[in-house]
Amino acid sequence: MKLHEYQAKDIFADAGIPIPDSQLAASVDEAVSAAEEIGYPVAIKAQVHVGGRGKAGGIKLASDADEAREYADDILGMDLKGYTVDQVLVEAGVDFTNELYVGVTMDRGEGKPVAMVSTEGGVNIEEVAEENPDAIAREHIDPAFGLHPYQARKAVYNAGVDRSVARGVSSILTTLYDLYEERDASDIEINPVMITSDGDVVAADAVMNIDDDALFRQPELAEMEDETYEDDLEQKAGEYGFDYVRLDGNVGIIGNGAGLVMTTLDLVDYYGGKPANFLDIGGGAKAERVTNALDMVFSDENVDAVVFNIFGGITRGDEVAKGINEALESFDEIPKKVVVRLAGTNAEEGMEILNTDLVEVEETLEDAVQRAVENAQEASQ
Amino acid sequence: MSILVDDDTRVVVQGITGGEGKFHTGQMEAYGTNVVAGAVPGKGGQEVDGIPVYDTVDEAVREENADASVIFVPPAFAADAIFEALDTDLDLAVAITEGIPTQDMAKVNKRLSETDTRLLGPNCPGIITPGEAKLGILPGNIFSDGNVGLVSRSGTLTYQVVDNLTARGIGQTTAIGIGGDPIIGTDFVDALSLFEEDDETDAVVMCGEIGGEDEEEAAAFIDENMDTPVAGFIAGRTAPPGKRMGHAGAIVSGSGTGTAESKISALNDAGVPVGDTPEEVADNIESFL
Repeated sequence: MKLHEYQAKDIFADAGIPIPDSQLAASVDEAVSAAEEIGYPVAIKAQVHVGGRGKAGGIKLASDADEAREYADDILGMDLKGYTVDQVLVEAGVDFTNELYVGVTMDRGEGKPVAMVSTEGGVNIEEVAEENPDAIAREHIDPAFGLHPYQARKAVYNAGVDRSVARGVSSILTTLYDLYEERDASDIEINPVMITSDGDVVAADAVMNIDDDALFRQPELAEMEDETYEDDLEQKAGEYGFDYVRLDGNVGIIGNGAGLVMTTLDLVDYYGGKPANFLDIGGGAKAERVTNALDMVFSDENVDAVVFNIFGGITRGDEVAKGINEALESFDEIPKKVVVRLAGTNAEEGMEILNTDLVEVEETLEDAVQRAVENAQEASQ
Repeated sequence: MSILVDDDTRVVVQGITGGEGKFHTGQMEAYGTNVVAGAVPGKGGQEVDGIPVYDTVDEAVREENADASVIFVPPAFAADAIFEALDTDLDLAVAITEGIPTQDMAKVNKRLSETDTRLLGPNCPGIITPGEAKLGILPGNIFSDGNVGLVSRSGTLTYQVVDNLTARGIGQTTAIGIGGDPIIGTDFVDALSLFEEDDETDAVVMCGEIGGEDEEEAAAFIDENMDTPVAGFIAGRTAPPGKRMGHAGAIVSGSGTGTAESKISALNDAGVPVGDTPEEVADNIESFL
């Protein structure tokens, strides 16, 4: 789960990390009056869950009321990489001499959290990591002890941060790790930490993502969730509780288990088709879930044909067949051809139940995918 | 021969009184697994289908000589259940639970370096030695006894590949699902080295997927240390960057690490053929035998 910049900054400020004066605004008038109160220059920053907001035109610096009005009007309501902006953060501009990157994330290869500091702040840190990995100082953290104070200092000195601000930066890093641990973050970063002309350190941005699997013990954060979706289908999938990713092809895919669904996507591509989505109904799905999955895929206007591939372990073929029948019998005319392949637990029982007047049946995964790809090609002609 | 589990394995089920635990204990017993005990705090002294339940894993190990555990404990309590298993003399703990917080697993990971107990999972289907024992939720009836080892990050993909092998009459020594989470106990390298040491395993299938660098590490290991031939498969070739494909660990990062191309080329460089389809994986295995 992603927090907005303003939400993360509230949390950072409560923990003692210095942040610029700021106010949230949902209308142009609100933004202008916030700017007047804070004093110019102000940064007007889109509050949406996408990276690279600045480059995409979602952050602008206003030096007077006219500019504040113009930029707030530009940004509010704009489409930023598929997301509509309905809130902006109006923030005091910082007179800075230097920008740093400070963050904590999980190094999955090591199975340990890692604290990172770089003097190449203000730009995409993944690019820095790729092109100049030595520019990022890293300290792996033993989760049983936490980040030792000496490690925070070491990361800051190794990164080459100016001595005059080293203490302030290592204090920010220590606080970030504490928040990372206490709040079950998956990533937490400030990019950039600005060094002001007075030699102070200020968190000019804030990224904080929370481990979805830990939300059960972070009720305050769970309440802050402002889930926005790239499109209506992803929203619908969220409501149904499916793992769903929309793609740009025309072969709808439903299956059970992440690895097998990914494989089905890959096979659609391999046999010359284009996958329209990833949809995992999960383990042990009952008939209703199957019906919902078909509803999802039929709702996607890009879909020309569907492949339904189930290899039952804890999922039972008879339940799946029941769900497919229920979904398809409700139509006078089946909207899109559905190829079904059932294997594993209760597959035979499922095949007996399945209404084969409504679907096409194949015995192997390879055959089912090829048939669906052909169906999609015919339907799109 | 087989690896890690066989018909001598004595199993304790953590969470045996819960819905999942109870159901799969029945399935494991029906398959012939020797389930000797359950462990559930506060339920000591009860029985589940004639199996004695103890309050602690330690007690189950002492009283029933259990040497492996299977964990069906809800995510909020699962890390604690794993720690409990690791604090005994068990040889193996298999964590089926999906959705354990990643930072809990980082702490477990730290503990693993200090104990001799092996962890499999979490978020995995378990392990099966066909005809002898299964620990987990794999559907026993699709497996058959044979000479091919199988290790996979995904449950249902394992079933698919086994199906392709079975259609040609090729059986398995042991099949292992290592799980789809970012931090897991037994990884590809661990499983591959066990198969390499097993006399009866003549070939190994390794099913990886996008995300992380475990497959690349496995490729390096195969190149340097394995004589047993390995056939590979990588799921997620068509996955777009930045999108999590179901498994918490299955994501290609924005900077391009964890891609299918990188994994396939690493495996190819190590002499491992990577099938475009599960059927091709079975072709490659057949050519080794």
